[in-house]
Amino acid sequence: MVELAGIKLNNPVLVASGTFGYGKEYADFFDLNKLGGIITKSVTLMAKEGNPPPRIVETPSGMINSIGLQNEGLEAFLKTALPFLAKLEIPAIVNIAGDTVDEYAELAKQLSKEKTVKGIEVNISCPNVKKGGMAFGIDPATTKEVIGAVRKATTLPVIAKLSPNVTDITLTAKAAESSGANAISLINTVVAMAIDIETRRSRIGRKTGGLSGPAIRPIAVRMVHEASRAVKIPIIGIGGIVTGSDAIEFFLAGASAVEVGTANFVDTAAPLRILAEINAYLAKHEISDYDELIGAFKE
Amino acid sequence: MATQEQCQVLDQTQVGPRYFKLTLKSLYISTNAEPGQFVNVRVDSGTEPLLRRPISLHKINREDQTFELLYEVLGQGTELLSKVIIGSKLDVLGPLGSGFKFDPEKKIAILVGGGMGVAPLLPLAQQLKTLGGRAVYALAGARDKSCLLCETDFAELANEKVVATDDGSHGRRGYVSDLLLDLLNNTVEARHYPQTTIYACGPKGMLKAVAEIALQRQIDCQVSLEEKMACGVGACLGCAVMTTGGYKTVCKDGPVFNAREISW
Repeated sequence: MVELAGIKLNNPVLVASGTFGYGKEYADFFDLNKLGGIITKSVTLMAKEGNPPPRIVETPSGMINSIGLQNEGLEAFLKTALPFLAKLEIPAIVNIAGDTVDEYAELAKQLSKEKTVKGIEVNISCPNVKKGGMAFGIDPATTKEVIGAVRKATTLPVIAKLSPNVTDITLTAKAAESSGANAISLINTVVAMAIDIETRRSRIGRKTGGLSGPAIRPIAVRMVHEASRAVKIPIIGIGGIVTGSDAIEFFLAGASAVEVGTANFVDTAAPLRILAEINAYLAKHEISDYDELIGAFKE
Repeated sequence: MATQEQCQVLDQTQVGPRYFKLTLKSLYISTNAEPGQFVNVRVDSGTEPLLRRPISLHKINREDQTFELLYEVLGQGTELLSKVIIGSKLDVLGPLGSGFKFDPEKKIAILVGGGMGVAPLLPLAQQLKTLGGRAVYALAGARDKSCLLCETDFAELANEKVVATDDGSHGRRGYVSDLLLDLLNNTVEARHYPQTTIYACGPKGMLKAVAEIALQRQIDCQVSLEEKMACGVGACLGCAVMTTGGYKTVCKDGPVFNAREISW
């Protein structure tokens, strides 16, 4: 058992928002109760249609996506997705996104009424929407505003999901901490672009998108390291984790838990395999608990 | 229900300039797959290329617990796939998606395949033959003679088979949509349109032309679409296609859609 920001987890391997649907999509492939926890795809107050295709393009050891937070809105989420999550024994952490500060607060307030919801991850780092999203997460002042409003609206643990598209991650990390976040998760995707040299058009319908996968892992490790030196709240490391070794790199850099994202698309059992590989590493090095690794990076 | 399985490679044969046929062993996939569904294949265990490659099921052999994939080498992923050797194992996710639908009221089936689009139509032709009671017309088009696939297979399974090539090097010169127009104007009488289903797969432009022909005549039409894909299971929403009911996923809601639903 692991406790992260007041949320009890089976283990430190969670699945990242937007890469695992609402859980049901992967139920065919393995026992979801073996996960550390599920972080849902972003839920918005009203339904969102999403962005025009093409929405994804494969790039070296990665992919760019621009889905645009397509989802059916809070009401449909409560009716159709939440009952499935309620049947699981692992914590459901709901990722929320809004166009305005009030929308974030309203989502947090409504979700707090649901006993299935064990935590809220606040998406202030989606690069693929016109309003809200990353706009909130690249400025420490607006980060404070959003996280502060969510904090007031809920007693549930609040995780601020930060954007890597900033000059100094410690500023937004500190802003999240000081406005009441119980943890931070990073990184969301890196703004990126790919051009088809025959048509001279972008390979993404909305021109730019967010890069994910192993290609961004070194950036993520560096940012987790920097953030961990700046804040006292726990950090969840995200960014191209494909193997147990990758996860351990994040622990050493200062992460208390990890989220597996793009790897879910490649290997449906990735989170469980990663967990097994972490345990094999611990056994090999005679380490009794993975928490001995957290921040154990040597300068 | 789908599975992720290490499937043994039983055969890999080059069947055209850049076309390959791959035979894989899987009890689960061969038992549960339906025509029009696909599998998502991991072509390399590393991260380059990172994503799986979605490929439609070309043959489903329940008896010998195998299935076949017919694919064209187009890039790095399919290039690697074409090098996979007999006896090795491939990581396959499937069967995925929603396949072709059958209406017992429809006594005429017209299969329209453009280029690689013939691949999922073959198990469909097989299924239609097994179901029986239908007249099956198979129309296939390709760039040139060397790109025309499965002609003999369709000749065996369909009541009538007609082919066309863009350059006239084999069959009629022209597009497969021309063959469809011909068939609808000269062979299948208008009074039979309500009992007809058109099943089409191929490039988007061809599908649009076929859909227009079908919709004008109020003929039921199912199209199998293609889109860049990541997860294959409806989680990432990367393979969106615009429909009358908003964006839908090619991987889960499709790949087979009613032509009327698609915002062409």
